[in-house]
Amino acid sequence: MLELLWLIPTLPLVGFLILAFAGPRLPRPASALVGVLSVVFSAFVTLVVAAAFVSLPPENRVYAQVLRTWMEIGPFKPEIALYMDPLSLIMLVVVTVVGSLIHIYSVEYMIDDDGYSRFFAYMNLFVSSMVILVLADNLLVLYVGWEGVGLCSYLLIGFWYREDVNAQAAMKAFIVTRIGDTAMAVGLFLLFTTFGTLNIQAVMKAAGSADSATAAAVTLAALLLLGGAVGKSAQLPLQTWLPDAMAGPTPVSALIHAATMVTAGVYLIARTHVLFSVGEWIQPVVAGIGLATLLLAGFSALTQSDIKRVLAYSTMSQIGYMFLALGVGAWSAAMFHFFTHAFFKALLFLAAGSIIVSLHHEQNMFKMGGLRTQLPVTFWTFLIGAASLSSLPLVTSGFYSKDAILWGVWTSARGGWWLTAGALLGAVLTSLYTFRMVFLTFFGEPRQTVTRKPGGFLHIPMLVLAFGAVAVGFLETPLTLGDVRLFSTFLGTALPSHETVYREAGELIFQLICITASVAGVYIAYRLYLRGRQRVEHPTDPPAWAALHRFWFVGWSFDLLYDTLFVKPFLWIARLNRRDVVDLLSIASAWVMEACHEVLSLLQTGRLRHYTLGVALGAVAAIAIMVFL
Amino acid sequence: MTLVWFVLIPVLGGFAAWALSSLHHRWARWVSLLALAVDGALVGDLLTGGRTGSLVSGQGWLLDVHVAWIPQLGISFHLAVDGLSLVLVALTLFLGIMAVASSWAEISERVGFFHFNLMLVLAGIIGVFLAVDLILFYFFWEVMLIPMYFLIGLWGHENRLFAAMKFIIFTQAGGLLMLAAILGLYFIHGRETGVYTFDYVQLLGSSLSPTAALWLMAGFFAAFAVKLPAIPFHTWLPDAHTEAPTAGSVVLAGLLLKTGAYGILRFVLPLFPQASAEFAPIAMGLGVVGIIYGSVLAFAQTDLKRLVAYTSVSHMGFVLLGSFAGNQIALQGVIMQIVCHGLSTGGLFILVGALQERIHSRDVAVMGGLWTSVPRMGGVGLVLALASLGLPGLGNFVGEFLVLLGTFQANWKLALPATAGVILGAIYSLWFMWRAFFGPQETRWTISDLSLREGAVFGAIILGLIWLGLKPQPLFEVTTSWSARFGEKTPRVEAKAVERSGGNKHRFVLGPTAAISRTQGSQDSNEPR
Repeated sequence: MLELLWLIPTLPLVGFLILAFAGPRLPRPASALVGVLSVVFSAFVTLVVAAAFVSLPPENRVYAQVLRTWMEIGPFKPEIALYMDPLSLIMLVVVTVVGSLIHIYSVEYMIDDDGYSRFFAYMNLFVSSMVILVLADNLLVLYVGWEGVGLCSYLLIGFWYREDVNAQAAMKAFIVTRIGDTAMAVGLFLLFTTFGTLNIQAVMKAAGSADSATAAAVTLAALLLLGGAVGKSAQLPLQTWLPDAMAGPTPVSALIHAATMVTAGVYLIARTHVLFSVGEWIQPVVAGIGLATLLLAGFSALTQSDIKRVLAYSTMSQIGYMFLALGVGAWSAAMFHFFTHAFFKALLFLAAGSIIVSLHHEQNMFKMGGLRTQLPVTFWTFLIGAASLSSLPLVTSGFYSKDAILWGVWTSARGGWWLTAGALLGAVLTSLYTFRMVFLTFFGEPRQTVTRKPGGFLHIPMLVLAFGAVAVGFLETPLTLGDVRLFSTFLGTALPSHETVYREAGELIFQLICITASVAGVYIAYRLYLRGRQRVEHPTDPPAWAALHRFWFVGWSFDLLYDTLFVKPFLWIARLNRRDVVDLLSIASAWVMEACHEVLSLLQTGRLRHYTLGVALGAVAAIAIMVFL
Repeated sequence: MTLVWFVLIPVLGGFAAWALSSLHHRWARWVSLLALAVDGALVGDLLTGGRTGSLVSGQGWLLDVHVAWIPQLGISFHLAVDGLSLVLVALTLFLGIMAVASSWAEISERVGFFHFNLMLVLAGIIGVFLAVDLILFYFFWEVMLIPMYFLIGLWGHENRLFAAMKFIIFTQAGGLLMLAAILGLYFIHGRETGVYTFDYVQLLGSSLSPTAALWLMAGFFAAFAVKLPAIPFHTWLPDAHTEAPTAGSVVLAGLLLKTGAYGILRFVLPLFPQASAEFAPIAMGLGVVGIIYGSVLAFAQTDLKRLVAYTSVSHMGFVLLGSFAGNQIALQGVIMQIVCHGLSTGGLFILVGALQERIHSRDVAVMGGLWTSVPRMGGVGLVLALASLGLPGLGNFVGEFLVLLGTFQANWKLALPATAGVILGAIYSLWFMWRAFFGPQETRWTISDLSLREGAVFGAIILGLIWLGLKPQPLFEVTTSWSARFGEKTPRVEAKAVERSGGNKHRFVLGPTAAISRTQGSQDSNEPR
């Protein structure tokens, strides 16, 4: 059954082609059918392939399918090939299964939109590109998927193109990630120049046995790939596009900007983990970026009033956790958090979306409230997602995955107490902003009446994801809670195991600290926003807190910084040189010619005596030259 | 004789179109299309007729016509085709058909004479791509200018006479420098060997003193740099492209610029390998500056045609960069970039022309939100903008990636800023989409979307771009022997290539007819100087 692998990216691509060419003429149900079924079939094939794959003995769990050679120029012959191992399979399952659920959700969510078939076309193209990214056997093919998902992200952020704001947010997302992608492209050049191939497995093999001469190049290449990863995954310093990306429809935020595309950076680093293990200093950089982003985004999430922006900052922060885990070498913990995060964050977005449609596209949490009774299904599913995000103990998947990361950071040879402390602070922040959101939206006084009740197409995907947000946690539990190792064992053939050093504190005590951190966040939120009724969108006193609040609200002013450093100077130069300064050369030469013409034409007076004088002077000059030279 | 027909058919078609247009306009258009299609069929036959095998093996010309013309002066009528020329001739005919199709509704005055001029330009361009006698080459080089002058000056937009004049002065100045260099080469070669000839193949073996080679190369380079255009000789281009009618812009951007690239690939590098290797850092630097400068200027424009014109400056920067990188990867990238830029920029000019026909403006200030009115045009614009920013899956990506990869191997310091230029490409492309198609509608346009004819034109262009992006190998195979011969010639990169392949790589001697150039080369180098 493994030979069916090529169908997984092809089916959504066919869906895209049908919708792109016939879409405007198709009736809505037909568009929805094509859009949803192409991804559902793809998910079905994925599950069939996965079943066949898992039944292989662990040491044989690799499957490569060479489709053809893309091009061949001397030594440069990248192949279009698919490569499946446990790592890509996990990504694949998330992309297609969560993708299917979100497509089903969109059937109802987008029903009133006049770009219905266009929406499904873009979404199908996205799923196809993401699958190509995940299954690529070659960095160049991976780059194709990488840019493809970036394109779909651009198209879907700017889906409601009639608003300038949306089109600008889309451009910002594409251009900021393109900066990272450019670094990545240079990384590809460097890898090809060093190893003469871009085949991922071949590069990994060669890098694994790199001598000291190539080690520097490998480390540099890892840094450049990290640039790409940072852009795509909205980590420091290229994180500014993600909050604005919420301009897109909510299913887009759930699929692209929470569950799949933004985690591509995590996947890239895991996929090329050998490169990151060669140099000494590169993994600490990854961990540092992760920690800084998770804290920065956590603080910003605390101050947002738009429910989708809270979730956006939260996504950034959770991916920060994944980067942190990658940086300390807790590879499988990073992937596990990706896995659980895909479920609970997609769930949170979908639930937020059902609030938004119910309240006539209201996204400001301070204008919501008391929705608990009016939207019970949304409330309970959102609560499950929120609990998972806050990693409340025992019954949420987020608990198990975040615990794995925190424990990994604490015990890692590359970890340290300050990384652990930062991550714990992040955990407090996470549950604080999450339950701030819950309390503001679902509790308190109702401020708006629900105009439209969500229907089955919205509810069913939410319920399935809610089930997932609880259940997938039990795939991997710590020593103290059953010691299930299904996830990390499965990944064991694709990713190296975690190098740990013994720490004095026992795992149980450490877990209690983590749990305390999470619960503390919930309690603070409860004190501030439920009991304390701290329902102030923009606090004004004390002034210092107001200023800090504003600073966090605008994402630590990174937009302002980049505007001043890059955007404004670029615009200034562009505007200054609009008429092309080089053209002055040709204009000037034309002007000189004209001036000469003016001067010489003065001589043409039409008076005979002037001409006679000229002839005489000329004769004198000529004779003088003959005599004296 | 086939080669003569390549040039002759468009000429005859042009005359026929002019003559028959007195019956009805329609005739001029159909006759032109027919002539180009017949010519295209001949080229297609050559590309697919099983003869590409000899291209792959890399032995000399695929076809060759050699007739003495003025034997006293060593001038002959010598046309020849190899992989490089063949690809460019095919591109010429394809874009020629697109140009005729896109001026179907635009041109309504002096239709016959318009098509006569258009066909003559195309014939001149084909001649440039085929001529291997330097005087003949110069002849075709000038032939393509005059009708182009008329195309801009007679059927252009508001400021057409100024633009036409600027165009002709710039290219004439460059052309004259080239003529001087051709004559210089002729006399030096004649004095050295006693054989006074303008034949390219024989001149390939000339051994020149380094100073002479540098000066002669500079003369050729000047002409081609103006045409390409390289910074700072580019300023004719925005005016000419903007003022020309759609077909004129398509031919200018898609083909005329390519004659500059072709000149560098065919003449500058092979005739003066040593001098051009020394000159390479400067030329590549000009390329990098062009990439960045063109992008920034493209972004600053409000006239869409001007915007697209400046993107050409940027894209041709990649061509210049890759041409002098001197390895096979970069050279194949250059070919790909040439072809794909022809398609994508040609397409953009046709799109802007089609918009102008509908809203009578090229100013982005009056546009905005056009997607609502003309979604199919929006979709086409999107694909072409994406091609322009180098999205993988479209041919331009393959070209840019290979150029940058090859450049990185030759000179990584120049590759870095050039790669950064790709970011600027995204900025102007997306800016174009936003200002024209997204955002609120400034004016409520009720205009028609693409007609069947326009749909066919864009369909062909987009299919071509996707095909080249996903399956570039057939194109590479046509030019592979040419680029392999060539990539290894440049000394600087040669060492690396040999080292990487274990030193067992077969070394070709430069030039299509290996035998001639080898004997000439060795004779010359034995001579003491």
